[in-house]
Amino acid sequence: MLRKLLVANRGEIAVRVIRAARDLGIATVAVYSDADRESLHVQIADEAVHIGPPAAKKSYLNVANILKAATDTGCDSVHPGYGFLAENADFADACAATGLVFVGPSGDAIRTMGDKVAARSAAHAAGVPVVPGSMGRVADIDAARHILIDTGFPVMIKAAAGGGGRGIRIANDLAEFEAAFPQAAAEALAAFGDGGLYMEKVIAKARHIEVQVLGDGRDAVHCYERECSLQRRRQKVWEEAPSRALSNRIRDELCTSAVRLTRAVGYSGAGTIEYLYDDEADRFYFIEMNTRIQVEHPVTEMITGIDLVAEMLRIAGGEPLRLRQSDIVVRGHAIEVRLNAEDPSRDFAPFPGTVSTLRVPGGPGVRFESMLYAGYTVPPFYDSLLAKLVVHAETREAAITRLVRALSETRIEGLRTTKPLFLALADDLAVQANAVHTRWLEGWLETHAARLVPELEP
Amino acid sequence: MTPIHSPLPGTFYRSSAPDKPPFKADGDAVALGDVIGLIEVMKSFHEVKSEVAGSNIRFETENEEPVMAGAVLAQVE
Repeated sequence: MLRKLLVANRGEIAVRVIRAARDLGIATVAVYSDADRESLHVQIADEAVHIGPPAAKKSYLNVANILKAATDTGCDSVHPGYGFLAENADFADACAATGLVFVGPSGDAIRTMGDKVAARSAAHAAGVPVVPGSMGRVADIDAARHILIDTGFPVMIKAAAGGGGRGIRIANDLAEFEAAFPQAAAEALAAFGDGGLYMEKVIAKARHIEVQVLGDGRDAVHCYERECSLQRRRQKVWEEAPSRALSNRIRDELCTSAVRLTRAVGYSGAGTIEYLYDDEADRFYFIEMNTRIQVEHPVTEMITGIDLVAEMLRIAGGEPLRLRQSDIVVRGHAIEVRLNAEDPSRDFAPFPGTVSTLRVPGGPGVRFESMLYAGYTVPPFYDSLLAKLVVHAETREAAITRLVRALSETRIEGLRTTKPLFLALADDLAVQANAVHTRWLEGWLETHAARLVPELEP
Repeated sequence: MTPIHSPLPGTFYRSSAPDKPPFKADGDAVALGDVIGLIEVMKSFHEVKSEVAGSNIRFETENEEPVMAGAVLAQVE
């Protein structure tokens, strides 16, 4: 078992990790920048170490300062949370080289799954369906023409070294493709120092479905799926578990394929395998693996009763998986919404500031994951996530009703938040019927966004 | 001298990307509406447009420096 953990993060996820560690009797060390001296994670950890100025690259991304904080305080382990250094293979290696346990997979596993082309090849080798396209980098435009036979149009040309939606071009016909291919190669070379390209068929109306997995380096289990189809600019805003869109047969195939891939790469820790699901074709395709805990992990915890962060800490401490697949059962339905410091009526403009009054929702089936407290000033230097409101009920319908109840109890005064977005979505017939896909929300916002005016109390 | 204030709290940048030249160099003239820098707030970028016209701009905030709303970024004559 781990003895003392440094939490290399901030905000709600630092609070979440500190809570899980303390529940297991593990001592905790928080780190903070100049902008986070008053933060909740600093207050609730056993110790806290200052690691630099507000700019993330000088503090939360400063590997030397973080490793020094860990060794100076006698930590035996580091949890990276999500974002910042969570998927930085060199950081995982640097922890190991310093004698610290990195709570997550090996640097090599992060490297393999972080390289989009290598991950796609690993998935294909493990018998996991991938989006039709190239099985690796495309050598040249002649090779590309052969791949078009499988993909058809529209087709995506993606930079092998890209990610997060960057380095992607879409061609609708052969003429567009032949013009775009050399441009994409030149752009990728300029932007990423690597002109390598790969190709994928465009799945027009797909759902985003992802499978939560746990591995101990030898064996692996899944904790069923989440659906995160409601996205804006490729950022998830509303997540649920399980997915109402899947039949039991497809769910079983999907989750089993995720376990195969997790085992095939000798994965250790908590991970998420992301898929696109095409309703009309009733088929799913691997897109990528995230080698960290995800923002939306609580919906899985609510339906399975598993504390995923605690399981990560146990696995990192050297314990084999405690759960057999047959131990993991789904109960009810959970929904999470992300309350961000943004004004949805003004193109989601960020709105940092001071929380004057805070009223947290409660009661049965409600969980509020947040670093907020009354009087806290949200700094402008990091992401805008203020709180994750998570609800659990017997059915999806009851979960939506409970979400509206919990939202109406929630008051975060002094800031503008995305709360009006979720009240409107919960009231929308398409959302209630789960008749959505990954591009649905952006279309809906074109006609609805102006009405999503946040209440703003002085 | 007339100050140009930051409209938002965040991180001030003098150029559009690390490898690009600054929007304005010390001593440049400034027209109404000229972009003099960017403020990064919660991972989104906002242009800072001058609400004054003048000459000989002098920056008082360094590139990548954190600023509060209302901070003086530069002065123009």
